[in-house]
Amino acid sequence: MSEFNGEIRKMMIILSKATLDNVYAAFILANGARAEGIEAEMFFTFFGLEAIQTKKLEHLHVATVGNPAMHIPTLLGGIPGMESLATTMMKKEMDKIDIPPVHEFLDILSASGVRLWACKLAMDMFHLKKEDLYEGVEKVITVGDFYERAKGLGTHILFI
Amino acid sequence: MSQTRMIAGKEIKVNDEGYLTDYNQWDKQVAETLANEARIELTPKHWQVLEWLQEQQRKEVALNIRKVGASGVVDIKEFYSLFPVGPLKTATKIAGIPKPASCI
Repeated sequence: MSEFNGEIRKMMIILSKATLDNVYAAFILANGARAEGIEAEMFFTFFGLEAIQTKKLEHLHVATVGNPAMHIPTLLGGIPGMESLATTMMKKEMDKIDIPPVHEFLDILSASGVRLWACKLAMDMFHLKKEDLYEGVEKVITVGDFYERAKGLGTHILFI
Repeated sequence: MSQTRMIAGKEIKVNDEGYLTDYNQWDKQVAETLANEARIELTPKHWQVLEWLQEQQRKEVALNIRKVGASGVVDIKEFYSLFPVGPLKTATKIAGIPKPASCI
């Protein structure tokens, strides 16, 4: 069994959103890649940066407005507290099936060898510093650096 | 589908992916052979992890990486260094238990 046995050798996952469902999708894909012996790297840009900001990462929400899959009428979805309620319910369900909270999930990704990068342009735009980020984030890099890291056969780039 | 193959001089029942389908056929020689095929040399630490995995299987615990991390036997980083390529898949195969069907 060799690391490059399968066709996909490396997943480069870009996370640009901060809603819980998108963040978890990205995390599960990165973790799943490592579990299969595939290399994985994550690039956090725009709102995706919320998932690695130490002050914000445990306070991410699911969207109750503009999200038809929630089956909540738009007017009701906007009522204060609705998003928190939906988020709490979702987190409870996730815990039951062993999906860890965001910080613990980042720890798992880090320990599993997923390389974590933050987007320089978005960091500048939101006036963020490296110290504001989860400690496992290796570096703030440019889009050019990101493509450089994606070099090689069998690399797939996924934008979320 | 179940088929048999020779592992450590014995006819062993395996599935399409090479996982044992009859745990009673597992023994340490089988584990050594499967580990060798995965290019892993089993150390006492590996054995400890394999025993823990088998114990979970006996208790019918659905395995995933989070549970391995909370096992107290090995942390996730070490688990990846012991079984570098697809650790849970590889370790369960060597342990003679089914491949976990988890996305975590």
